[in-house]
Amino acid sequence: MEHKNMNNLKISAKEQPLFAIMEIVQRHQAEQGPAIPILQDIQSAFGYVSPQMLERASEFSGIPVSELYSIVTFYAQFRMEPIGENLIQVCHGTACHLAGAEKITESLQFETKASAGGTSPDGKFSLEKVACLGCCSLAPVITLNEETNGRLTPDKIKKIVKETRKLSAKNAEAMGVCTDA
Amino acid sequence: MPEPEYRVKVGLATCGIAGGAAKVYARFQDALKGSAVSLERTGCIGMCYNEPLVEVLEAGGKRYLYGKLTPDDALRIVEEHLKQGRPVIDLLLLGEGCTPGEETFLDKQKRILLKNCGLIDPENIESYTAIGGYEGLRAALTAMTPGEVIEEIRRSGLRGRGGAGFPTHTKWRLTREAAGVQKYIICNADEGDPGAFMDRSILESDTHSVLEGMLIAGYAIGASAGYVYIRAEYPLAIRRLKLAISQAEASGFLGERILGSDFSFKVFIREGAGAFVCGEETALLMSIEGKRGMPRFRPPFPAQKGLFGSPTSINNVETLANVPRIMHQGAEAYSSLGTEESKGTKVFALAGKIRRGGLIEIPMGTTINKIVFEIGGGISTGKPFKAVQTGGPSGGCIPASLGDTPVDYESLKKIGAIMGSGGLLVMDEETCMVDVAKYFLTFTKDESCGKCTFCRAGTNQMHKILERITQGEGREEDVQILVDLAEKIKSGSLCGLGQTAPNPVLTTIQFFRDEYEAHVREKYCPAKKCKALIEYKIDRDSCTGCTLCARQCPTGAISGTKKEAHSIQLSACIRCGLCINSCKFEAILISSNPKVKA
Ligand SMILES: Cc1cc2nc3c(=O)[nH]c(=O)nc-3n(C[C@H](O)[C@H](O)[C@H](O)COP(=O)(O)O)c2cc1C
Ligand code: FES
Repeated sequence: MEHKNMNNLKISAKEQPLFAIMEIVQRHQAEQGPAIPILQDIQSAFGYVSPQMLERASEFSGIPVSELYSIVTFYAQFRMEPIGENLIQVCHGTACHLAGAEKITESLQFETKASAGGTSPDGKFSLEKVACLGCCSLAPVITLNEETNGRLTPDKIKKIVKETRKLSAKNAEAMGVCTDA
Repeated sequence: MPEPEYRVKVGLATCGIAGGAAKVYARFQDALKGSAVSLERTGCIGMCYNEPLVEVLEAGGKRYLYGKLTPDDALRIVEEHLKQGRPVIDLLLLGEGCTPGEETFLDKQKRILLKNCGLIDPENIESYTAIGGYEGLRAALTAMTPGEVIEEIRRSGLRGRGGAGFPTHTKWRLTREAAGVQKYIICNADEGDPGAFMDRSILESDTHSVLEGMLIAGYAIGASAGYVYIRAEYPLAIRRLKLAISQAEASGFLGERILGSDFSFKVFIREGAGAFVCGEETALLMSIEGKRGMPRFRPPFPAQKGLFGSPTSINNVETLANVPRIMHQGAEAYSSLGTEESKGTKVFALAGKIRRGGLIEIPMGTTINKIVFEIGGGISTGKPFKAVQTGGPSGGCIPASLGDTPVDYESLKKIGAIMGSGGLLVMDEETCMVDVAKYFLTFTKDESCGKCTFCRAGTNQMHKILERITQGEGREEDVQILVDLAEKIKSGSLCGLGQTAPNPVLTTIQFFRDEYEAHVREKYCPAKKCKALIEYKIDRDSCTGCTLCARQCPTGAISGTKKEAHSIQLSACIRCGLCINSCKFEAILISSNPKVKA
């Protein structure tokens, strides 16, 4: 699956990954200290950064691959594994902790069958724990594919997961129709 | 163009959207198609507890604020208020005809910095310039030397809002005086405190004021470029910043020879990558330079040798947003608010077990009780007020008994807490203070960059001890070990992360020692939070056998026949609490776990 592309890349990351990485590197060429933005753009185009992508980015940018490794292993944002179709981030900031974030994570794990920090066996959901999404007065809070949802209860989680499943089944069907035609 | 009879403003900051405001906006859009009503977007007015919020402005000047709206409520407002001129009283929070109560939330505040939030459209630069936006910059560029700008900031008494409270003018002066052709201004929008959202709200609701503050700072210190270092978790703020930058460029406030002066300035955005320590200024510099965010020793200070080796002033979002206000209204107006040592106002993100949680602004020196009870409306759960936590992982817990402490840099420091960046978490009796301390240590041990041994290993050790205390395996000497370790971590760490990480533990021990002792000696959690120390039971008399809880239980620990009292199989129960949430009859009780022996 192609990750939601927020980069306005001219090139499809899925079809021509090599060129996509080249385009990303070129875009940041003129900047001072471009390593992190390059990696962020790669992750947002592909959904994750793989060792192969790091090699390519290093070749194109001249930044040693060891330096790129040291960055992706230091910063929590970077994932080295592909993620599921839907990314759910559960806030475990202080307000959400007090409001029962643990319960929300537990019911999400139960509903999606993904473990915290992992992806569900059916590839539909990835769960991540994050610190404070900045909506503390609506705690507990999650984001589902970047859309923030607040005042959650285990019941609402059930509903959200169900709706997301339905939506992604519908999308898959629509795609199927397209390819058949 | 004649003024429209009605203007409808929908609060579309992240908190509003999280509460469903985008759907409400869409419903208005549909229902108002072809009508003369002007539908507008705005930022956060701070009443996050009432999101989604919608304000209706009548041509005659009357204003009505609606809250907690559903998309269907939007239709009612269109039908009854906008078409028939009858405000929908039962949805009203403020305005003629509504039951009083909510106005105290705003009336008890002093909103200078937040005055535009919820008023203007942050995505429209004209909305900002129409109320005096960029006039502060114009005044600085056309009528003042950089030295005079710094002097004005000195007279205002502005101190850094990022946590430490360092005088802003000193930082600017040192950067200005440092040798170097290239200088930088950095806006610290990393907002790392996990329970704080002031900077996000300001950036989303009054984006241009932060840019204007950066420009004035840039002019004052002689910088030609600035960076905003912003958390990646704030996508809406990032989007609005990008938009604001392009609008400011198009309007001549940003770029070459700004407003016809010799001053040129560029702004770049750098997204954080999920490391709390990168809010610390030297780590932040490393991160922008494209390296691991590890703090380094100071001196040299960033003002001497900062970004890419050039003199750099790093200022917090709120600090910078204050600057245009000061330039516009003058230093005196600003310094007339606050206390002797702490001038002006401070924005707080009020959250936790509070009835009216949201974004508030108060003059420095306002007491904690006033914030909690008058502005915040008291405790949301109806249970007694226990403590507030300020300063997040670097800060401390202040017990209810010290509720008359004024909120200013010095008074908070005196009682072992800190002002911090503005997170203010309210806790009630159901909050376990040992659990809170453990929560913060979990955070800091994970976020320690690992450079200093005491910070890395010490926070891990403290966490282990707290873990075993909450597990009912605490030892008599544990509290003392925590205190000793805390002192060593504080003195053995290079940066503020380690130096302040023990604060949540130290203050909870100082003020809530009895809770630690109950956990250690009696294996008892007074707040009934620590899972290992509690047990769930179904009260056979209250249980109606509705089966709701049994269907909720993820481990199948609850059994029983329909319409008969159910029971919980304790060995299977993971104490997740889902059953309690589902029970409508308060039939599920929590008691101490008799199996952990004191
Ligand atoms: C671990 C750590 C995290 C920090 N996080 C932030 C932050 O998220 N935002 C911020 O403005 N300052 C943060 N600071 C403080 C900055 O180092 C710096 O003092 C501040 O940005 C200076 O701005 P000010 O003078 O306007 O307050 C942090 C400090 C430490 C030690
Ligand atoms: S603590 Fe969860 S949004 Fe802030």
